[in-house]
Amino acid sequence: MTNPLTMKSWSPYVVGVGIGLLSWLAFATADKPLGISTAFEHTAALGEKAVVPQAEQTNEYFPKKAEQGESPKIGWEWMLVFGVFLGALLSSWLSGDRSNEAVPALWRERFGGSVPVRLVVAFFAGALMIFGARLAGGCTSGHGISGNLQLAVSSLVFTATFFTAAIITALALYGRKGAIHV
Amino acid sequence: MFDSPERLLLGLLTGVAFGVLLQKGRVAKFPVIVGQFILKDWTVAKVMGTAVVVGSLGVYALVASGQAHLHVKPFLLAGVLMGGVCFGVGMAVFGYCPGTGVAACGEGKPDAMVGVLGMLAGALVFVVAFPALQPVIKGLGDMGKLTLPEATGTSPWLWVAALLGVGLAVLVLLISRRKPVANEQHRTDKPGVRVGSSV
Repeated sequence: MTNPLTMKSWSPYVVGVGIGLLSWLAFATADKPLGISTAFEHTAALGEKAVVPQAEQTNEYFPKKAEQGESPKIGWEWMLVFGVFLGALLSSWLSGDRSNEAVPALWRERFGGSVPVRLVVAFFAGALMIFGARLAGGCTSGHGISGNLQLAVSSLVFTATFFTAAIITALALYGRKGAIHV
Repeated sequence: MFDSPERLLLGLLTGVAFGVLLQKGRVAKFPVIVGQFILKDWTVAKVMGTAVVVGSLGVYALVASGQAHLHVKPFLLAGVLMGGVCFGVGMAVFGYCPGTGVAACGEGKPDAMVGVLGMLAGALVFVVAFPALQPVIKGLGDMGKLTLPEATGTSPWLWVAALLGVGLAVLVLLISRRKPVANEQHRTDKPGVRVGSSV
């Protein structure tokens, strides 16, 4: 039998079952839901504190989070994000599924092959995305998977909203004929 | 500032497993994410849907046996709606979500790496603007850490059973229509990509 780690892909259902089981593990061992965007907020907050030490007094963020017992730190969630990077690195390396292509084919077809344009847009789109995640309190993992599996109303509304916004955006950018590259 | 070393290691190991799953699920790929939103590639929905069905079963069992607590995000309607719109637009343009963006960095994608730097910048804007954003986020009220069973006064197991029922029904439907599904999979696969165990 082939080593599963050297395969380029697994069935999405197998992966979904795996992430579901991993949620059990996260709740059972760390009493935490899987989530990514909190660690970005914490990193940014630690950065602000390092550069502007008085921010701890002037920015209401710090006392508010301390009160909720959620002060920014290098914790379980931060290592989870670092682990995702390492896991994907390991998985893609073992299966030879690595790529250093900066401009995806679908993007190139629609917006041209300019690397700087793609990178600048990726920077601002990434910024908008995480800003939205923190307004709502979670992302695809924290709301979309962990929140929905807890049957949270906020997560259901967030998931419906972001899917709708993303579908309208993607169809406006690429149209349904973009599918030839998918 | 730091969690205990055991907890840090636990987070790391959980993350490595999560990263492997995201990479093998092909959701750390731009055409798969954008393909979902132009309604041509349903990988993202399949992964998320399966994870939610399987996850709810075990997590509610852990909570019922007192081994874990629910961690529900508060339902701040304005924050959730505005956040959802910003998130959806950003994700469709970027072509990755936060977790899959980090995983795509692991695959070596330069656009994902720059996007992750953008994510840090976006998080910084949120933290710095935090005091000013509070009235906006709470503009349409705070309904607290509300779950569907609480909102409807029903047992969570009813919902878990319903999720499982819908999940199994979809599975049976897919198996009964196996041939067209298999053909579609073949059509959308890139040349040279080996497909893993089929279910």
